[in-house]
Amino acid sequence: MKSKISIKNLDFHYGPNQALFDINLKIKEREVMAFIGPSGCGKSTFIRTINRMNDTIPIAKVSGEVLIDGKDIYAPKTDVVSLRRKVGMVFQKSNPFPKSVFENVAYGIRINRMHSGKSDLEDRVEKALVDAALWDEVKDRLNSSAFGLSGGQQQRLCIARALAVQPEVILMDEPASALDPIATQKIEELVVELKKEYTIAIVTHNMQQAARVSDKTAFFMLGKLIEVNPTEIMFTNPEDQLTEDYITGRFG
Amino acid sequence: MLIFATTILLTVVAMIFMMVWNSMPTIKQFGIGFLFGRDWQPASDIYGALPFIYGTIVSSLIALIIAVPLSLGIAIFLVEQAPKKVATPIAFLVELLAAIPSVVYGLWGIFVLAPFIRNYLGVFLQDYFGWLPLFQGRLTGIGMLTGGMIMALMVTPIITAVVRDVLEVVPTQQREAALALGATKWETTKIVLGNAASGIAGAVVLGLGRALGETMAVTMVIGNSPQISASLFEPAYTIASVLAANFAEATDSLYLSALIEMGLVLFLVTFVVNGFAKLLVARVAKGTGTAKVT
Repeated sequence: MKSKISIKNLDFHYGPNQALFDINLKIKEREVMAFIGPSGCGKSTFIRTINRMNDTIPIAKVSGEVLIDGKDIYAPKTDVVSLRRKVGMVFQKSNPFPKSVFENVAYGIRINRMHSGKSDLEDRVEKALVDAALWDEVKDRLNSSAFGLSGGQQQRLCIARALAVQPEVILMDEPASALDPIATQKIEELVVELKKEYTIAIVTHNMQQAARVSDKTAFFMLGKLIEVNPTEIMFTNPEDQLTEDYITGRFG
Repeated sequence: MLIFATTILLTVVAMIFMMVWNSMPTIKQFGIGFLFGRDWQPASDIYGALPFIYGTIVSSLIALIIAVPLSLGIAIFLVEQAPKKVATPIAFLVELLAAIPSVVYGLWGIFVLAPFIRNYLGVFLQDYFGWLPLFQGRLTGIGMLTGGMIMALMVTPIITAVVRDVLEVVPTQQREAALALGATKWETTKIVLGNAASGIAGAVVLGLGRALGETMAVTMVIGNSPQISASLFEPAYTIASVLAANFAEATDSLYLSALIEMGLVLFLVTFVVNGFAKLLVARVAKGTGTAKVT
């Protein structure tokens, strides 16, 4: 399988502070890659370079290449709006809009003018909610506030919202860190399901979660990529001493 | 400390009592009809407040129609678009506008704004929109439109400052959520505005409260003539202006009572408007504004 995302010599600075050092990494199509590492190691910063979410920070500076389908997304003429449509993102804290359940999912479809009419819009919203394993729970309350949903439902709503614009890649920044174990389990099952269609990069604090959902795992420390390997190798027979120390809980 | 707080409360109560007590003569003589009377002839003891109420409301509305889009634009620019280096000095300048004394605005209105309306803006409006009753009549530069525009300038800093605060408390996650779905800058701004809606409404109402009570600058440019005219170029009168302009000569007890009763009306209206505004802004500040969908 070819690489969906390929990162070459990526450096990242916040003003005078370097946050990422010479990252080289490839993520294949329909692969789930988990990013683990101690807090502040740069894993969130890293995945935010893949949809240029760091552009909103004025002092951020990126050098190196991030290729998606072979195209450098930091090339001068890149259309960032369509890039972000292609590379969806789910955040640590669920962030539904102050709108109804339906309108939350419909938002991305509307702004990208993807629907051909009212019934097409409804079909697309339903499909996104079904794919996010939320449809059965919300189908009777599509017009009520998204804030009335539970934390786990809100996060799946955010996933549905991201799926509705038909991205190819989904970035997840600790999507379950604020959820209880049952809601977390649902998100994990969803990730495994979504892998059939999407390429997924997921940041997690939880090493068991990485082990459960990912094909490959990347370990970051102090802004450096220490090791990338298939997940079962990473957790049974890591190459690097630092990785072993981290996953066995010697620090972190 | 309680005693100081109590002082404020007592002052308010004393004020209301004083106003009700002193306006008893006109309340007894005219009843509710005082509010709807169109004639104002102190020499014949005929007092109708309608022209003043009309002037107050219409000039305040003109002020809001101009100030609200202007303030929203400034606040959106400051919070969502401008780099910090630009935003800080502009925000400072806007706040400085709020510190200029009312009478200075009035002078500026007489010497700059009134001639501008007489020679340019009014001519333009009559040329293109002269078929509307709003823009017919004699152009003197002094009148309802000038009063409303001066007010607009004075409430803009207030509305801008509150909207800016309200936009700043909208969580970054809301902006990121929109951006991550492929929203443009303007679409993202619309999401932010949606989050801030009740706070913005509060800011507008706060501006309205300020406009209703504005006295000095308006008195200097509105023409001070108690009439109800469809034309915005005609002179008008506001409650605050008539109080300021006539208090000294109101020696007759019924005349004085009429003025005080109008003061009471203005007080009650601004009291309610301000209370309502504070409520709306507080809702956003507490974050409940984003947690409610209507």
